[in-house]
Amino acid sequence: MSPSNRKVLPGFSLSLGYTLLYMSLLALIPLAACFTKAFSLSVDQFWAAVWTPRTVAAYQFTFTVSIVSSLASIILGFVIAWVLVRYDFPLKRIFDALIDLPFALPTAVAGLVYSGLYVETGWLGQFLVPLGIYGAYSRFAVVLVLTFLGIPFVVRTLQPVLESLEDDKEEAAYLLGASRSQTFWRVIFPTLIPALVTGFALSLARGLGEYGSVVFVSGNMPFKTEIAPVLIVARLEEFAYAEATAIAVVLLVISFAMLVLINLLERWSKRYYA
Amino acid sequence: MSISVKNITKRFGDFTALDNVSVEVPTGSLLALLGPSGSGKTTLLRIIAGLEIADSGSVLCQDEDVTHHSARQRNVGFVFQHYALFRHMNVFENVAFGMRVRKQPKKLISERVRELLHLVRLEGLERRYPAQLSGGQRQRIALARALAIQPKVLLLDEPFGALDAKVRQELRNWLRRLHDEIHTTSVFVTHDQEEAFEVADKVVVMNQGRVEQAGAPHEVFERPANPFVMDFLGNVNVFHGRVQNGRALVGGLEVDCPEYPHQESRPATMYVRPHELEIEHSPNGAASLKARVERINSAGSIAKVFLLAVEFPVGLNVEISPERYGELGLKAGDTVYVSPRKVRVFVPEYVI
Repeated sequence: MSPSNRKVLPGFSLSLGYTLLYMSLLALIPLAACFTKAFSLSVDQFWAAVWTPRTVAAYQFTFTVSIVSSLASIILGFVIAWVLVRYDFPLKRIFDALIDLPFALPTAVAGLVYSGLYVETGWLGQFLVPLGIYGAYSRFAVVLVLTFLGIPFVVRTLQPVLESLEDDKEEAAYLLGASRSQTFWRVIFPTLIPALVTGFALSLARGLGEYGSVVFVSGNMPFKTEIAPVLIVARLEEFAYAEATAIAVVLLVISFAMLVLINLLERWSKRYYA
Repeated sequence: MSISVKNITKRFGDFTALDNVSVEVPTGSLLALLGPSGSGKTTLLRIIAGLEIADSGSVLCQDEDVTHHSARQRNVGFVFQHYALFRHMNVFENVAFGMRVRKQPKKLISERVRELLHLVRLEGLERRYPAQLSGGQRQRIALARALAIQPKVLLLDEPFGALDAKVRQELRNWLRRLHDEIHTTSVFVTHDQEEAFEVADKVVVMNQGRVEQAGAPHEVFERPANPFVMDFLGNVNVFHGRVQNGRALVGGLEVDCPEYPHQESRPATMYVRPHELEIEHSPNGAASLKARVERINSAGSIAKVFLLAVEFPVGLNVEISPERYGELGLKAGDTVYVSPRKVRVFVPEYVI
């Protein structure tokens, strides 16, 4: 390294080496193994495994509920983050700590609790089911539980951004004659977009990969409420490992493409940061 | 449009930020609120803007009482210390913001933005984002944005506080010229006395929530109303002595003090500015103090000499012209005689 290149902290090559090693051990090698296993199938076999009406319905269902629940998460998460940052109220710190609970809770517990609450005989279900709201064993049930799991990602990405907003920006807008809603939509909201996109990406990723809670609340009805990971488990139980990984590969590729797209969107939304 | 602030009091909890403050800003003038931090100057500015509500007192714009008008209704231009530009908007959109929220026609907006960018001499930067501008450019954009709504008054909160010395000097001169061009009644807050004197038509010196003195810059500088103002307006030498029969005494130094003709001796404080002290090699008959040269700083447009009085331990700051410094040929360790050309004596008020 030339002297002009010296950084305060040395060891670039060492740390890069470690990073690559861990990336390889933890992510790249397992992924490669997954792809290798899947490609042990012939093209026709692969196609037959991943593209049946049932698997297509499962992909559609997985992606639809993940997107819908992520949208719900950013709306609800935004409100929660806003209240936590802008207002003081009793037990605020406890409430704040509760936000992290879905991170730690085994998701199967969330699934069991949700299905228990919303079934026809459950605490909430006994009132909701007569109204036609099925909060268990339905598509809506999956959206509910995924939103529960997605909200903390949105809250935790938005909170620091909301905290760093300076009062003088809002005061400037107000003095220039902006109403409250104009101040919010023209001055505050645009600066939150990058964080909202990040929160969306994180909760979407969570939703796409979720299994534990969904199997309990969805009812796993083929063509209706069956998610792709459930099909993978079904294939595994039939000892059809290659077919199981083939479905996994399709999920991986679509998810990766979506996350790349969201990353580009995020970068675009930050274009005015020098 | 003139502004009168009448008997404003503002408390934050136990802290009294403003204590019965009254200030008059004549139409078309540029007024400086000068004071140390915590003196209440920014709070006063924010009350004039409508960003803070006073506990008591009133704010009048021309003859209209605007005390209960919201900041939105007051139509004031406000420039913040840290610019407060909207970083997700480019320069054009920042300047246009006030007109956009007022739903003015697009054609008018783009014309007016162009005029304003010309006024602040930043044409051609319309598409830049604030992060791509220097501090001085950002502050000029902030000013253009404030002027876009054609404000009745312009308020500036330490507008040059975040800039480096050279840019600050340039912008200061520029603000004065701009004010002469647009004549909007303006108030700016600063803790820099030099800035206040250089730019303002009228200076209001504040301390601990009260107005210490208000007047034209030369008035305030030449005739400080009290020791605080004297002390705050730049470097000053302070001597503690006594007054009696119209004379003030410090060591061997004796000066006239006609304000105190009484026979009873009282403690008094004497203030002399560094440039009002003269250095001689030998006593020339005038009242003088014997002192030893400690240190000399001759880099700059004046030579600064630091001395220590011989008779009693008091440090002296003296500023002399480079020519005089050359004539004297001073060096550290020299013993010289220091005589004041002008002394201000403040006798503490009687306490019964």
